[in-house]
Amino acid sequence: MQTNFTPAQLADPHVAESEAILRKCVHCGFCTATCPTYVTLGDELDSPRGRIYLIKDMLENDRAADKETVTHIDRCLSCLACTTTCPSGVDYMHLVDHARVHIEKTYRRPFKDRLVRSVLAAVLPYPQRFRLSLKAAGLARPFAGLMKRMPLLKTFGVMLDLAPGSVPEPSASAIPGVHSPKNKRVGRVALLSGCAQPVLKPEINEATIRLLTRFGVEVVVSSGEGCCGALVHHMGRENQALEAARRNVDAWLKVADEGGLDAIVITASGCGTTIKDYGHMLRLDPDYAEKAARVSALAKDITEYLATLDLPEQEARGMTLAYHSACSMQHGQKITTAPKQLLKRAGFLVRDPAEGHLCCGSAGTYNILQPEISAKLKARKVRNIEATKPDAIATGNIGCITQIASGTKIPILHTVELLDWAYGGAKPEGL
Amino acid sequence: MAETIGFLQPKQAVITRRREIVADLSDLLPEGCLISDERGLKPFETDAFIAYRRMPLAVALPETTEQVAALLRYCSRYGVPVVPRGAGTSLSGGAIPQEDAVVIGLSKMSRILDIDLFNRTATVQAGVTNLNISEAVSADGFFYAPDPSSQLACTIGGNIGMNSGGAHCLKYGVTTNNLLGVKMVLFDGTVVELGGKALDAAGYDLLGLVCGSEGQLGIVAEATVRLIAKPEGARPVLFGFSSSEAAGACVADVIGSGIIPVAIEFMDKPAIEICEAFAHAGYPLDVEALLIVEVEGSEPEMDAMLASIVAVARRHGVATIKECQTAMEAAAIWKGRKSAFGATGRIADYICMDGTVPLSQLSHVLARTGEIVASYGLRVANVFHAGDGNMHPLILYNINDPDDAARAEAAGNDILKLCVDAGGCLTGEHGVGIEKRDLMLHQYTQTDLDQQMAARAAFDPQWILNPSKVFPLEGRPAA
Repeated sequence: MQTNFTPAQLADPHVAESEAILRKCVHCGFCTATCPTYVTLGDELDSPRGRIYLIKDMLENDRAADKETVTHIDRCLSCLACTTTCPSGVDYMHLVDHARVHIEKTYRRPFKDRLVRSVLAAVLPYPQRFRLSLKAAGLARPFAGLMKRMPLLKTFGVMLDLAPGSVPEPSASAIPGVHSPKNKRVGRVALLSGCAQPVLKPEINEATIRLLTRFGVEVVVSSGEGCCGALVHHMGRENQALEAARRNVDAWLKVADEGGLDAIVITASGCGTTIKDYGHMLRLDPDYAEKAARVSALAKDITEYLATLDLPEQEARGMTLAYHSACSMQHGQKITTAPKQLLKRAGFLVRDPAEGHLCCGSAGTYNILQPEISAKLKARKVRNIEATKPDAIATGNIGCITQIASGTKIPILHTVELLDWAYGGAKPEGL
Repeated sequence: MAETIGFLQPKQAVITRRREIVADLSDLLPEGCLISDERGLKPFETDAFIAYRRMPLAVALPETTEQVAALLRYCSRYGVPVVPRGAGTSLSGGAIPQEDAVVIGLSKMSRILDIDLFNRTATVQAGVTNLNISEAVSADGFFYAPDPSSQLACTIGGNIGMNSGGAHCLKYGVTTNNLLGVKMVLFDGTVVELGGKALDAAGYDLLGLVCGSEGQLGIVAEATVRLIAKPEGARPVLFGFSSSEAAGACVADVIGSGIIPVAIEFMDKPAIEICEAFAHAGYPLDVEALLIVEVEGSEPEMDAMLASIVAVARRHGVATIKECQTAMEAAAIWKGRKSAFGATGRIADYICMDGTVPLSQLSHVLARTGEIVASYGLRVANVFHAGDGNMHPLILYNINDPDDAARAEAAGNDILKLCVDAGGCLTGEHGVGIEKRDLMLHQYTQTDLDQQMAARAAFDPQWILNPSKVFPLEGRPAA
């Protein structure tokens, strides 16, 4: 596309990057077809092509973000289906990242929005605060219906609906330390403990540690690591996101320098997408650019890493799984076959639900911030999954697990929980 | 860029009433279906013919046929121009608005209304994408045949407007051959039905007139299309040649021998490289030109047809023949081909030509196209429906460089004139739009155009529907 930036504007490396991205777009419109919000709302402003145009116009004119533009950027799930579809190779992810930072800097949201976003940014990335909030949510649940009727508290009412009925006790898998391999050591990895996942579903990393150590992999939970920064990154809170990234880079490189690392293993694909982008996020930081690139190169989804271990083929188990590919998995990280192959090799029958490219509506905090669109996408996703008549659903991202579980009675598990079971672990709870 | 293609002068009477018109239109539509603020209108200022842009007065996104009718009733009463828009994928600027026009976008009308497998028809709202129709009936063993490369995104309404073709139209025909009926809203809001579920309707073939009328005879709100049973099997085969001319001659010879495969697609070396980079389809990179030939049917049928095509190809010195082994390979081959235009964005901006020539002229026109583009100091990539003689030279340029852009446009005009002079036509499937509008007199005499305009005026006497398109601005009947 034609662009109109002055040399002075292009002196800003963020603008220069966005300009290069915009120049690749030929406005063919293919992206509209696989965009969940366009498919749901039928308005080009809620499609990648429309958003690209809105962003272009805002940046070219050096204009503060306005309500109209913000509305449509906010509706973007960041599922990145558009980047899978785009034949021209438009790097929509970094364009919308830039737009979100620009919005955060130049736009004053209404009080209610600021309140909700500040609460999310202050709670979700911190496991202890998140745990406390969930316990409080248990007490507040009877008031959810009432809250959803009050404009200021509506979003908090939605949050209460999403909060699990009970909160698991803190898990040993989240405590920094080294888990030694049960067999001859074949590798050494760091495992991201993260923020929300160990609070909501510690079983995932417990299964990961069991499975990896069983196959000879030493697993290190690094001291000092924490939330990957994705939650605040997607809100445009760049400083907070970069702070999280630097902290994790330091934590993991310390482990790498002490005893070597084959990979940084991530069991939430949403986090994986962000950690793989640390190299880009910190590219302008002279102290961290190189280190962050090193971390990004080491970052692997658990299924990517397991695929390198050549796990033995197991006998058929007579269990049918619907595999739900998280957007961050298939679009963000372009991992499409590894999880399914692992599950098939482990003896499961794996089915692909229709419209697998469409987001389930979880998308980080999206189901809290955009509950109406999110609910429509959830219903559509559940309908497609249930049509495959599976015994259980497998997926690789905690956000999708929470979202889909709230819409179906079919058990949903992380891929690694099923693999741990297939390779000698206990049957996962809920199956 | 200094624009060489003009638009009609906006009607001042409409522009000055803008506020009132917007208020009236919003009364006709549910909430969230009218865009009238400057920010929101901007993304609708163009389609996939991005060199030209015009802001619309407003964008209406109706949800029902009745709302389309109400909008048109209003616009005709007040003389407000209307530009219909499907998915905005037009390569000829068919959906580019103008300052005094209301865009009526059909994107919210995306429901499949009826699938009748017994009679092999589907009835859908105009905003349903082309591919959605095939996907809806795929499990039952059917598909909708015309497959424009943008089929993932383009709508059936837009396909009807442009009488779209596609790779597989060589065997199955283009949109007009697969369209059975439409429910169309006339300029004054009258809703008419043309055709139906039967293959032919009594009386005049008005449906044939509507198909390809570029949104100037009415707005199609619903369409009934033919469904075709999927073949037993299908196999794309890659034929590599050491020159474009040899590949072109081979195509002419295949068709000339009476062999009609499902598709014969052509890519030259630059196009092969572009598509391979996106799709990793395994296209041979060491050839100058590539034909993707798809045969279908039972195994013996495919083998037999392939054998005769191979024999012809050998006469033209085919360098490599590659049969794909798996369904995944076949899908990648088509994905690369169908993404060719977009994928070109990886290396340059482009304008895409759409001239169609008799197959006997294919080699000559290909060679001349290369010379013309080179004479303007630009590069070209060719990827097109060779079996139909429907050429798509992509002229590569830098849209940020006004001089480059002007040369690209001039080269494009020369190529289209060349196609007409070779006995072909300006457009095979993308439509005239604004892009080829001023070349129409190279194709037709003024008398020919007068007759076409008379037909247009019979449907839309006020000329409010997509008025800047198709017919040169000079020589139109006085308002």
